[in-house]
Amino acid sequence: MKLEKEEVKRLAELARFELSEEEAAEFSHQLSEVLAYTGQVREAPVEGEKPAIHLLSLTNVLRDDEVKPSLPREEALANAPHREEGFFRVPKILEES
Amino acid sequence: MELSTLSLKELGNALRKKAVSAREITGAFLERIKRFNPDLNAFVTVAEEQALAAANEADLRLARGERVTPLTGIPVAVADTICTKGIKTTCASRILENFIPPYDATVVSRLQEAGAVVIGKTNSDEFGAGTTTGYSAFGPVCNPWDKNREPGGDGGAVAVAAGLAPLAISFDTGGNLRRAAAFCGVAGLKPAYGSVSRFGLAALAPSLEQIGPLARQVEDLALLYQVLAGPDPLDATSLPAGAPGRSGQEFTGTAATGRPGLRIGLPREYFAGEELQAEVKDLVLAATGILTEKDGEQVDLSLPSTGYALAAHILLAAAEASSSLARYDGVRYGYRSPEAADIDLLYKKTRTEGFGREAKRRILLGTLVLSAECYGDYYLNAQKVRTLVIREFTEAFTKCDLILTPVTRELPGRAGEEKSPLRQYQDESYTVAANLAGLSGLSVPCGLVDGLPVGVQLLAPAGREDLLFQVARTLEKAVGRFSSPFLRG
Repeated sequence: MKLEKEEVKRLAELARFELSEEEAAEFSHQLSEVLAYTGQVREAPVEGEKPAIHLLSLTNVLRDDEVKPSLPREEALANAPHREEGFFRVPKILEES
Repeated sequence: MELSTLSLKELGNALRKKAVSAREITGAFLERIKRFNPDLNAFVTVAEEQALAAANEADLRLARGERVTPLTGIPVAVADTICTKGIKTTCASRILENFIPPYDATVVSRLQEAGAVVIGKTNSDEFGAGTTTGYSAFGPVCNPWDKNREPGGDGGAVAVAAGLAPLAISFDTGGNLRRAAAFCGVAGLKPAYGSVSRFGLAALAPSLEQIGPLARQVEDLALLYQVLAGPDPLDATSLPAGAPGRSGQEFTGTAATGRPGLRIGLPREYFAGEELQAEVKDLVLAATGILTEKDGEQVDLSLPSTGYALAAHILLAAAEASSSLARYDGVRYGYRSPEAADIDLLYKKTRTEGFGREAKRRILLGTLVLSAECYGDYYLNAQKVRTLVIREFTEAFTKCDLILTPVTRELPGRAGEEKSPLRQYQDESYTVAANLAGLSGLSVPCGLVDGLPVGVQLLAPAGREDLLFQVARTLEKAVGRFSSPFLRG
């Protein structure tokens, strides 16, 4: 499978980052090579096999629903790049109508 | 007293006999870090202040005659992908360059409860995505045996091999911990999935990765593992006490195989390829001979899905990375681009500037294989291959007690060598199956080629870490331990 440069750019758009023309070209080449190799999973003898979604045979690991102290607001906000009045601050999302 | 070459037991004895204080031990390793880390770059952060405080605490415990453990007062290097409260945790990524976690990972709490001293945070590839540390945002780590060689993907192995810490804990997503152990001449364990809590480990590929110990000798590795392993209500994939596959955590006695002689399985596919360097192969086979010569048996095995396993691992690791790394958006913590005029640009610029090349490549590949057009062909087939791999190993372990393979195909590569991403993924050919099938895998040195260490990989069913420690120790006794030039004065 060949991954065209335009497709690489579309994927980057979906994943929310930008690529230079040079990066898009490089990734197109490198990922095409990876896809050519990993495409062999389509030929694997997996007819009738179930996908291995869970590695452990555990089901529903639950703990009691107890109220415990959570992270204090000040600590939760301590790493925020920008905050204001006890909230995370981001650029305006909604336009005023 | 030269402390950097002592074993855990020797350090513990010296502490209890008051020949040395915990503060002196930590101080001595901090000195070595100051002296050698500028060249090696094994540590991203040295936690001098916190380490000395923890060492003082250990000295108080010892002075008061309180309960001590084998780790009381012993410095441990912790991978920088594992959260440490109040100590910067960058994941070797620019996107977390100033992140100071408000909580400890469960393994860190367990270390602290045992009285250990977290001495610093070790380097790796960004979020562990890579095989050489070449993708760290803070520069690559050097191999302590030859500074012009890559060390495998883990700075913790380098810290231990160079005597900058007696012990380290790190993580293994496809073999980075085991490869680094092999390339640095130390012992490293990827425990079975679910045996060690992952709470507080920054996720890259949550269904594949495990936290594990690194040490210069197998006994120390086992002692450290005993502290790390155990159930954790904060990790839903952590096996409860008594669950099948949860090891008993007692490794001092003789591990029973249920048979008189040890049966070691040698999977043909792991020894057949042209790409396996002849000198590496010879040493690994010699190790097999040592382990079976008295009372053992070599079992010829076939694991036909070996080739598919690597392909499946590449796809699943990328798919999980694209999802795991989606949380870094510059809003709640971590790096935020100063160029964020609106919310969409905030995400985009932050992620463009914050992530390095390999992280971006994996996100792109993962986004592709999880897309509607590719999901069936790539992602789902990879998950089905995983079922095959699990079954092949389950069947193999009915014919043998453990499986022995090389860890790497060749000796450590030249530092900074240009390799295609595919070629780098292929570096993990022999190690990915343990992650896919959730097995226990241990890498232990088996000799030197051209002055560079070579490792052997022992694989056991989940919960049989005891068997791995026992067999690795037998091998260690036969071939000896290997000290990097940094430990030879």
